[in-house]
Amino acid sequence: MPKIIDMQSPLGNTAITRRSFLAGSVSTGLFMGVGSLLSGCSEQEAVEAISTPEPIVDPSKLFSPSVWFEINTEGSVLINIAKAEMGQHVGTALARVLADELGANWADVSIKHVDTDPKWGYMVTGGSWSVFTSFTALSQAGAAGRTVLQEAGAKLLGVANDDCKIQSGMVSAGDQSISFAEIVLKGDISRSFSEEELTALPVKAPEQRTLIGKNTAALDIPEKATGDAVYGIDVELPDMVFAQPLMPPTRYGSEIKNIDDSAAKDVEGYQQTIQITDPSEQLQGWALVIADSLAAAVKAAQVIKVNWQAGPTADVNETDLFAHASTLIEDGSNAVLVVEDGDITQAREQAKQNHTAAYRTNTALHFQLEPVNALVEFKDGVCHIHSGNQWQSLVLPVLASALEMPESEIIIHQYYLGGGFGRRLWGDYMIPAAIAAKQLGKPVKLVFQRPQDSLFDCVRSPSLQQFNASMDANNTVTGLEHTAVAGWPTLNLAPGFLADGVDGNGKYDSFSISGADHWYTLANHRVKTINNDLAQRTFQPGWLRAVAPGWIAWGVECFIDELAVKSGSDPIDFRLSMLDGAGKNAGKAPESIGGANRLARVLKDVKARASWGKDLPKNEGMGVAIAHGQERTMPTWTAVIAHVAVDPATKAIVVKKIWQSIDCGTVVHPDGAMAQAEGATLWGVSLALHEGTQFKNGSVADTNLDSYTPLRMADVPELDIQFISSNETPTGLGEPPLIAVAPAIGNAVFAASGVRARDLPIKL
Amino acid sequence: MIKFNLNGTPVTSISPNDTPLLWVVRDELGLKGTKYGCGIAQCGACTLHLNGSPIRSCSIPLSAADGKSITTIEGLDSQVGQALKTAWIAEQVPQCGYCQSGQIMQAANLLENNASPSDTEITQAMNGNLCRCMAYTRIRKAIKVAAQGGE
Repeated sequence: MPKIIDMQSPLGNTAITRRSFLAGSVSTGLFMGVGSLLSGCSEQEAVEAISTPEPIVDPSKLFSPSVWFEINTEGSVLINIAKAEMGQHVGTALARVLADELGANWADVSIKHVDTDPKWGYMVTGGSWSVFTSFTALSQAGAAGRTVLQEAGAKLLGVANDDCKIQSGMVSAGDQSISFAEIVLKGDISRSFSEEELTALPVKAPEQRTLIGKNTAALDIPEKATGDAVYGIDVELPDMVFAQPLMPPTRYGSEIKNIDDSAAKDVEGYQQTIQITDPSEQLQGWALVIADSLAAAVKAAQVIKVNWQAGPTADVNETDLFAHASTLIEDGSNAVLVVEDGDITQAREQAKQNHTAAYRTNTALHFQLEPVNALVEFKDGVCHIHSGNQWQSLVLPVLASALEMPESEIIIHQYYLGGGFGRRLWGDYMIPAAIAAKQLGKPVKLVFQRPQDSLFDCVRSPSLQQFNASMDANNTVTGLEHTAVAGWPTLNLAPGFLADGVDGNGKYDSFSISGADHWYTLANHRVKTINNDLAQRTFQPGWLRAVAPGWIAWGVECFIDELAVKSGSDPIDFRLSMLDGAGKNAGKAPESIGGANRLARVLKDVKARASWGKDLPKNEGMGVAIAHGQERTMPTWTAVIAHVAVDPATKAIVVKKIWQSIDCGTVVHPDGAMAQAEGATLWGVSLALHEGTQFKNGSVADTNLDSYTPLRMADVPELDIQFISSNETPTGLGEPPLIAVAPAIGNAVFAASGVRARDLPIKL
Repeated sequence: MIKFNLNGTPVTSISPNDTPLLWVVRDELGLKGTKYGCGIAQCGACTLHLNGSPIRSCSIPLSAADGKSITTIEGLDSQVGQALKTAWIAEQVPQCGYCQSGQIMQAANLLENNASPSDTEITQAMNGNLCRCMAYTRIRKAIKVAAQGGE
């Protein structure tokens, strides 16, 4: 395993920090700023540091109220986006939050996806956190800008501030009005806010909003419909060379014995093959083929022979990973306690009967369509990395270690991501090009070819979940024990995020158990989690879209269905009986107001829409499942009903229709939200029925589309997705609509065929 | 040296004849709208038109283009092409967008040959194009909108 890197929590550090909001003037123009982004420096230093935006029209007249936006003398509002754009139209959503509060004219707004810089704070795009973690701070930044512009506008108009209103980029009073552009050009904007003042600034009531919750066209879409959008793979630099990896047979511990590149010397454009020494220990036993072109590098790589001493996991197969997981559950000594409600031991002792089941999920690939890639150049002592990435703050210290240079001298330049899905949370794919560029003294571009991308993927770990329910004589559930085993992404990538066991013993990866702490009220409930250390030694587990709940819910929601069947209850009534919103499931302000009652609401909503319980043809059935998004502290309430047909002869499963009801609080960008929900729902279908691989001899067996087969157009079921109208705190959306889909399909397969599927992907 | 017509302009490639056409178009001739996804003609991200027919350029050698005409997303300015690009924006199709050049090139060929395709015909034509974001329902809708002249 590579070195452990300690990190701070991304959620403990709100995406946009603030301490004081500054306004004033310096020689370069008019500005306001958020002081705490540069904690430790004086107010004046902060002012100078943040008041150096790129000049647009007149650099002496630029209103830059915070690092997050600036307004020029033409009234154009440029909003900086520190989140990765990977299909979620995040810039549009975040910009509308700020622009709504600012009172900007949306037509004047543009966005810029920024490169790494400490001034942006902690940079991560994942967990479906972007809107949730940014909403308040962006609203307050907009409100502060509005306040200052309105005061300055009132002065210029010669009217009382209280008589003014601000809308669509204009400050107006009666029949007089003045534009943002004129205010920036002529106004005397000087104002500072303490944190208390900033927090106390009035933000709009939901009914006053003009942009949030209203439909709009996403700003990133036009260039994605014409081939003009620039992804990391599209970037070029003069004099760059191209690299192709020669990858070792195991992720860790392989060593190169010798390399024979004699056949490559006949390949036009082939330069040399270099061995990689990586002080960060992420790359072990790697060599890179260097050539004049990508095509030449690929061609040369195919004929170069490398003799490796394979690492210790060269014989590990998927079956070994599952067998080891079973052993770990039996042994129990490495289990970390996550939930301990009531007295599960007593419940077990008093039970009249038990029901147990084991659920498994196979290894799954990210298969983001743009293979991982990076272009790296050293220039004036600074390492410039051109590459789309989701979690720059995670990889920067690792790059610093690999390159043996300070993190402050490394800049990651951001581009559109040709799919993220969690693969680009882990930026290890920048390391080989970076080391090669340093070694060769020239820019190096490395585009992984598809099989190499798959072999280097930080896959979703295979998982095993064991359930044991205690029941009384009437089949009423009196206790539930649940243990999950998997490789933990967070263990070696970001151990600072590991949580403490609830009894104070051990640490665990919440990103490998979240979802087990569900909102059903159970008197006696125990959840344990165990790291599959064999998985950990064999590969780097990754965060795949929907992360833990994406596979935990497969077990939880199918097992709940088994219990409903066992007790002779309707699966929806059975769930509703446990969604009473009592005790810890009452929810709390602001993020989970309503608690389990909101989950009950989406469940009732989807039940009605799907005409649950209606007669269906033979060999067809409906199944239900619910989920609460990525974590209890940011719940997105979802309920899914799947309608499937199972061919009794071939066992082929056809998903005919999926209904989904979603309550994610306030929906900022409704059409973008629907697009995310549509895509995530189909991801759920794909992972349920179409995707999965296995470890074979230490690597994934399926590396390309000839055998790894994500859902295609022909497999798309009818979709009926609806959002619950709400003004509550906006929660996550990119991942949650995926979670309940697979168990709903599994439960529908049972209803249609009587066969209980417990492995994902489902194969009857 | 291989000569062909690229989006209406004569070009000459000095790449080896067996170089996949995709890399010639992207890296030698600099048109980046055509994408690399799988390298085995299974994802469709590299789709362009060779003498009007959609091909997977990752799996076609440069020599196959000799003396022919190639159209990429950048040069797709036919009536059908314009209608598709407009519909793609109107229906807010792209998510990450990476596959969309290939999707549009494939859809253009469909509509050139069938002005009003059925759902089944759309599926048959488009099933070889993977959209990893799974924006399939919008791709289908946009093709229909383009076929109906934007209505």
